[in-house]
Amino acid sequence: MNTLTLRRSDLPFWPTAALAVIAWLVAWFAAWPVSQWVAFDLLGLEPGSSFGEAVAFFCYDVPKVLLLLLGIVTIVSYLRSYVPPEKVRAALAGRGIVIGTASAAAFGVVTPFCSCSAVPLFIGFLQAGIPVGVTLAFLISSPLVNEVALVLLFGLFGPQIAVLYLVAGLSVAIIGGLILGRFPLERWIEPWVLAARDAGGQPEIVVAGPSTEERLREAWDSTRDLVRRVWPWVVIGIGVGAFIHGFVPTDTIVSIGGADNPFAVPIVVILAAPLYAGAAGVIPIVETLLDKGLPLGTVLAFMMATVAISLPEFVILRRVARIPLLLIFLAVVVMGILMVGFLFNALGL
Amino acid sequence: MLKIEVLGSGCANCQKLEKNAREAVALAGVEAEVSKVTDYAEIAARGVMTTPGLVIDGEVKSAGRIPSPGDIAEWLVASQ
Repeated sequence: MNTLTLRRSDLPFWPTAALAVIAWLVAWFAAWPVSQWVAFDLLGLEPGSSFGEAVAFFCYDVPKVLLLLLGIVTIVSYLRSYVPPEKVRAALAGRGIVIGTASAAAFGVVTPFCSCSAVPLFIGFLQAGIPVGVTLAFLISSPLVNEVALVLLFGLFGPQIAVLYLVAGLSVAIIGGLILGRFPLERWIEPWVLAARDAGGQPEIVVAGPSTEERLREAWDSTRDLVRRVWPWVVIGIGVGAFIHGFVPTDTIVSIGGADNPFAVPIVVILAAPLYAGAAGVIPIVETLLDKGLPLGTVLAFMMATVAISLPEFVILRRVARIPLLLIFLAVVVMGILMVGFLFNALGL
Repeated sequence: MLKIEVLGSGCANCQKLEKNAREAVALAGVEAEVSKVTDYAEIAARGVMTTPGLVIDGEVKSAGRIPSPGDIAEWLVASQ
């Protein structure tokens, strides 16, 4: 048994957590003065010059975005650990189509779920008698309303844009799920999935919930892994953002992507679809584009297309569903994103 | 001899859980065999919806999270 006590000699949990919070706050407030000092004193660049401003933007944005990711995603992951899909499934089973679809979309936002779980999750939902359309609403909103994107938008632009993004994403998922539900979807589900569903009697597994400390530890571990995975994209994204910020004239961007150009929204969606960089890399670009006067609808469409349309996810879903279903799924998501873009632009938000 | 099964398609999280499970076996000093279940129908039949899942002697201990080697070691000792 004495080997088991080894891990107890790890750093004490709560003091370490408190220190981490203090370090985070210090870094957060130091980022702006340090970035100014690096760009204009250490490197001796001219304030107001294109290059100087681009460098200062870069030096401020990299720590700012990484700190936001580390801090807020840890908290979000912790909170989400209380809403596992097993609970969601129980809540969704036996609801009407409209309420079921709306709740599925809402749960898609808060439920922790990595795309490698898509197949067992899909089967698990069907096993509980949840219709395919409702299940797809969950699978649309889960990547579309990306929690990383949400917290970054909140941190960088404030609550208004974050809420608009949330509402737009949920609407796409709900309306998409309802439209998808009108199709004979079961025809395009792989037979082995239906067999697994009808085998029924899936055991209701009861897993002991982890303690608060374990939840926080795991939230921190998964956030650290996430940041380790995405930081190069963040740096590249901020580099592109810094370049646009410093060198690309506002007029150029607005004339290409402005609200007057009706093709702007479809063009950004097509551009974004193969860019599976993930939300963390896209937000810094989004930040600059908004800053340069691109309308919110176009920018949101760009961001949603980047995070929601991903080839890897379609490859995974292909294991449970045939091509026609995937194509309809794709078409509904793309139409939803286009509608969000046009609607927000038309409203002049 | 305990039977540990790691449920998952082989993504990074599943590999990490398998590593933790092996460390846990060493920590707990028990005899155990670690195997992987990658077949989706089989995973679904266990009632696990979110991978990675951890099963010890047929009992699902965790799903959708990566318990630490210490936690797994405690389960192993308790299941003995």
